[in-house]
Amino acid sequence: MRYSGFKVFTEGLTGNKGWKPVWRDPEPKSEYDIVLIGGGGHGLSTAYYLAKNHGLKNIAVLEKGYIGSGNIGRNTTIVRANYFLPGNSEFYSHSLKLWENLEAELNYNVMHSQRGLINLFHSDGQRDAFARRGNAMINQGDDAILLDREGVRQHLPYLDFDNIRFPVYGALFHPRGGTARHDAVAWGYARGADMRGVDLIQNCEVTGIDIEGGQVRGVRTSRGVIRAKKVAMVAAGRSGQVAAMAGMRLPIESHILQAFVTEGLKPVIHHVVSFGMGHFYISQSDKGGLVFGGDLDFYSSYAQRGNLPMKEHVMEAAMTLMPMIGKARVLRSWGGVMDMSPDGSPIIDKTHIDGLFVNCGWNYGGFKAVPASGWAYAHLIATGEPHETAKRYRLDRFRTGRGIMDEEGTGSQHNLH
Amino acid sequence: MLTLQCPYCGVDAEETELTAGGEAHLKRETVGASDDDFEGYLFMRENPKGLHFERWRHSYGCGKWFLAARDTNTLEVFGTYPAQSKEPPKDLRDKISAKRPGWSWREFK
Repeated sequence: MRYSGFKVFTEGLTGNKGWKPVWRDPEPKSEYDIVLIGGGGHGLSTAYYLAKNHGLKNIAVLEKGYIGSGNIGRNTTIVRANYFLPGNSEFYSHSLKLWENLEAELNYNVMHSQRGLINLFHSDGQRDAFARRGNAMINQGDDAILLDREGVRQHLPYLDFDNIRFPVYGALFHPRGGTARHDAVAWGYARGADMRGVDLIQNCEVTGIDIEGGQVRGVRTSRGVIRAKKVAMVAAGRSGQVAAMAGMRLPIESHILQAFVTEGLKPVIHHVVSFGMGHFYISQSDKGGLVFGGDLDFYSSYAQRGNLPMKEHVMEAAMTLMPMIGKARVLRSWGGVMDMSPDGSPIIDKTHIDGLFVNCGWNYGGFKAVPASGWAYAHLIATGEPHETAKRYRLDRFRTGRGIMDEEGTGSQHNLH
Repeated sequence: MLTLQCPYCGVDAEETELTAGGEAHLKRETVGASDDDFEGYLFMRENPKGLHFERWRHSYGCGKWFLAARDTNTLEVFGTYPAQSKEPPKDLRDKISAKRPGWSWREFK
């Protein structure tokens, strides 16, 4: 057994000098069967399932920074399957099922906590929309309960129910929704992939993709040339730059999404709660910090920091919904780079270049998708055929207009999601 | 706080006064366009990390659309110019060249 209470105790007494790295730090080989560009959550889970589900061995994950340095280590950790449209519905349902077994699968404590997700509504129209969404979730085999005002009060007595502008009418309750420890998800998949022989190569930035006669041949990196039979891009917010190396443009714009953490508090918020009339969603981490997020800054940015107007909006929304939160002091905030697609849904597909695959467009919802995205992407890379749960995530849906998945119903063009 | 000077009314507008309109200098495709061109116009984007040309609207001001040159990584603003421009004006391109020698963006350099 690698970890135990006894080990923690004895290591604590001896300066914690006996812990060993849980994955190797290999030098890149000159050739692999499969190279994944991007060692974030999706890249790591893809590598894991390529090895686990498809028995493939000769795989490298190339990460520009270190494992866990991107959005997988900075997000609001929400896990849910409350999607409505065919395509998204079965995909996220599959993902939640994988989450529910993830700790046993990885033998790693990812602290998956199904504390329940409560999406509040504040008008009759929103109630109708949530009732319809709840029915879609139930049809998919997931769980959804429409709560009235009193039902919400039993769960969340601290809300400002009679807010003069945005009174709480009720909520859609998704009991299987919750949170997970984001870093642990990266570490668990990284360890699992490494144990199955995948080379995790950190501090290795891809600087070029070699293509000959319409067939991918490998990549050039800051640590030398690596030949590969298949190359899979999975670079989230940096997808545009990676695709440009293959001469491709993607239907992606990168935007900043901000989130915030307060100082540690005693248990006060027991669910994941989202406000229906402003962009604000919150949960409390096991360490006690209130973790909450808002909306995009709504202009292209790779700055990894957001600007003040959205901070103000999020704080205002928080105070409107749960005035008690004003007592908490914000400890830190951050901005993650989001790969926004025109319809708000992701892309897992081949490209027009043989052996080159693309996985991007996760918008601000990539964390909960980590298991299913890796599962489906591994299936596509290994077999050449899309996985059943992700076959609608086609790159050409914008070109043909078939199968656009605009979950929010705001329109399928940039800047609307 | 991102601040852009509106080239029409001259106001230094903060981002709360403005609406971002996405990539600039898109060629509007219409009837008879190929699928490639139409997809490119509607959906495919440069999405650069660094120098970018964008459309903005002074929504809570004079209401005019205008164009801006900005760095998406440092958030530095190089300048703004009227929406009717077919290309960034020479003085703006020179100003960018002084700070980003050898820059290029689509067909502009």
